[in-house]
Amino acid sequence: MTDKMHVKLNVNGEDHEFLAEPRELLIYALREKLNLTGPHVGCETTHCGACTVTLDGKSVKSCTVFVAQANGAEITTIEGIGNPDNLHVLQEAFREHHGLQCGFCTPGMITRATKLLEENPNPTEEDVRFGMAGNICRCTGYQNIVKSVLAAASELNGAKEAAQ
Amino acid sequence: MIPAKFEYYRPTDLAGVISILEEHGDDARVVAGGHSLIPMMKLRMADVPHLIDIQDVEGLSGISVSDGTVTIGAMTTQAELIDSADLTAAAPILREAALQIADPQVRYMGTIGGNVANGDPGNDMPGLMQCLDASFTLFGPDGERKVPARDFYEAAYMTEREDEEILTAISFAVPNGGYAYEKQKRKIGDYATAAAAVQLVMEGGNCTFASIAMTNLSDTPIWSEAAADALTGTSLDGAAVDAAVEAMLGDIDPTEDNRGPIEFKRHAAATILRRAIARAASRA
Repeated sequence: MTDKMHVKLNVNGEDHEFLAEPRELLIYALREKLNLTGPHVGCETTHCGACTVTLDGKSVKSCTVFVAQANGAEITTIEGIGNPDNLHVLQEAFREHHGLQCGFCTPGMITRATKLLEENPNPTEEDVRFGMAGNICRCTGYQNIVKSVLAAASELNGAKEAAQ
Repeated sequence: MIPAKFEYYRPTDLAGVISILEEHGDDARVVAGGHSLIPMMKLRMADVPHLIDIQDVEGLSGISVSDGTVTIGAMTTQAELIDSADLTAAAPILREAALQIADPQVRYMGTIGGNVANGDPGNDMPGLMQCLDASFTLFGPDGERKVPARDFYEAAYMTEREDEEILTAISFAVPNGGYAYEKQKRKIGDYATAAAAVQLVMEGGNCTFASIAMTNLSDTPIWSEAAADALTGTSLDGAAVDAAVEAMLGDIDPTEDNRGPIEFKRHAAATILRRAIARAASRA
């Protein structure tokens, strides 16, 4: 049996190389090897979406990917989307519209929402609910999350129009 | 949740896949999107000493529609099925079904090949493939062979695929007429309590062709020839639909589980099939 393999990941624009067992789940490699603790371990069973990252352009639950499968991939986590000094429009919208209470699901929510808005910059409320269906929140009742994503969409579209 | 150790392989061609399968037999498993297999490995319900990741194998993804035949590479994801305008024009029932599978994150990873090859009775595509009379292309040490979807499933997780073979593609004739994929589930992301795939052709108010398959109501998908026969040659009047539902109920064999007792599942199956027939007829 292979003990450990060389793994190369590009995470948030930075190259990383480390040794890992192929069976290590991507979420643990990100959190424990790279110290990126934004993506959370929620259910660990592909249901809750707290561990969502963007992997080669796809929203993925990183508890359901072996680090070996991600070898060579480009990954974006919440740390690559915004930071306290420079919030992403979605983060600002979640704050403004009370899209979070405890905040545990929020990194996964926002990471998923960035991809959703990239693919569908003008979503309807139904599009947002359907597109965010892989992320579970136990606090908000979703209403304010949907409001936040819609507000961010219109903010991003406004900025685009202003730039033109 | 840590799976047992495994040896990891990432071959770049089919010959590489087959040689590992030949060497390790049923100790080896192919992983495509991994969203059925990895959860099973994490729960240690699947023991996979040799894991063959086929993401780098050329030629296993993509959708083509030509000469009235749809061919879909095994590594094509559910998200790609949903986004394909060509596929939706040729066989819109695939998009309708794929949108009801799991959730967005899972659909980016989950593949049609994994969905049909795994043999999980809860998966949606096997029943749909039986409804469309699709055939599966299997590649092994002796080359390629095709198996009809209606002959592929033997029991839960038991299929016609030999240990040394890999499913590389599915194909089916462009369907005619109206369609519907109806699914009853407890919540987004769940497997079906009951689901029905229906294709119907209507000519001058008469049903000239019907195909009906049911999902998660037996240990395999159920293509109900008797249900389709009950509709063919009728105007889809109430008596014909009742007869089709009765015939379908005679073919399924649901078991009690956390989705409900047998009687409830039979009730759900009947309701779902009625809805699917009505919707397919409205589009025929």
